[in-house]
Amino acid sequence: MTVDRHEHVASPSRDHEESHRHPPRPDLDDTLTYHRAMEVALRELLIEKGVFTADEIRRQVEDMDNRTPAQGARVVAKAWVDPGYRSLLLSDGGAACVAAGLDRGLYKLVVVENTPDTHNVIVCTLCSCYPRWLLGLPPDWYKSRAYRSRMVREPRAVLREFGTEIPDDVTVRVHDSTADMRYLVLPQRPAGTEGWDEDRLAQLVTRDAMIGVSLPLRP
Amino acid sequence: MPSSEAVEPRFRAGDRVAVRAAYPPGHVRTPFYIRGKTGVVERLCGDFANPEELAYARSGLPRRPLYRVRFRQTDVWPDYRGADSDTVDIEIYQHWLEPVP
Repeated sequence: MTVDRHEHVASPSRDHEESHRHPPRPDLDDTLTYHRAMEVALRELLIEKGVFTADEIRRQVEDMDNRTPAQGARVVAKAWVDPGYRSLLLSDGGAACVAAGLDRGLYKLVVVENTPDTHNVIVCTLCSCYPRWLLGLPPDWYKSRAYRSRMVREPRAVLREFGTEIPDDVTVRVHDSTADMRYLVLPQRPAGTEGWDEDRLAQLVTRDAMIGVSLPLRP
Repeated sequence: MPSSEAVEPRFRAGDRVAVRAAYPPGHVRTPFYIRGKTGVVERLCGDFANPEELAYARSGLPRRPLYRVRFRQTDVWPDYRGADSDTVDIEIYQHWLEPVP
């Protein structure tokens, strides 16, 4: 039997009931703020005027939600196995996306490469700029004030909180995505993956490794 | 894009530049924490319509050169904890940059 309102169910133990009371959920689970009301009004007007349809908006939202870090992982794995592709990715990120059969993206893509001497990490201190066509929607922490302000101020401490310890003899380069570029970290290929093909390598490339707060998985 | 619609770049990779310590109102893409700091141009990113104008439904023309400027973290934060070689790279529009001899 499914019980969703514990406080109204007879319980053999009154103590249990007292200790197990959940606050009722409000009927409205969202708030209509000024800007949300503006968005609803504008959207309804544009639909009414035939500029676009409700289905077209839904499809755009669906497309956006369907983008995942798998796209970025494909690009990274390809650069790991193909030196020519790696050069293209580092010199012209947009062209490299197209060459991998992906969208070019609306923004210029800057790919920054991790090396034994350098670790790169991405932040947008002003808002939440993110290469969505390669990684999907940004995680909530990426948009938080704490991440945005602290990653430029004390990157090594923040990386440590993500479980990523960068040795003192490795340079940490923070990239603040403030204007028209979007950034992707090209992590170092993990040792022990010699002879692996692109598909297998792509399984090691995580979203967080491409933001730079973590390293790729180990084989 | 006709050249008359774009401002000529005045800096090259390797040039030392200072960010203007200015505090105008509006949709400014230069973070507060970097104003007044000195760094080195890492690359010219191209020219783009000025976002400070686009935000108010103006044309944003002429297009402005945008640079990635690299700053040493120890120059940005006097009490920075980390390696001396650590850096922060930031995109900054030309009209926010001054040459440093």
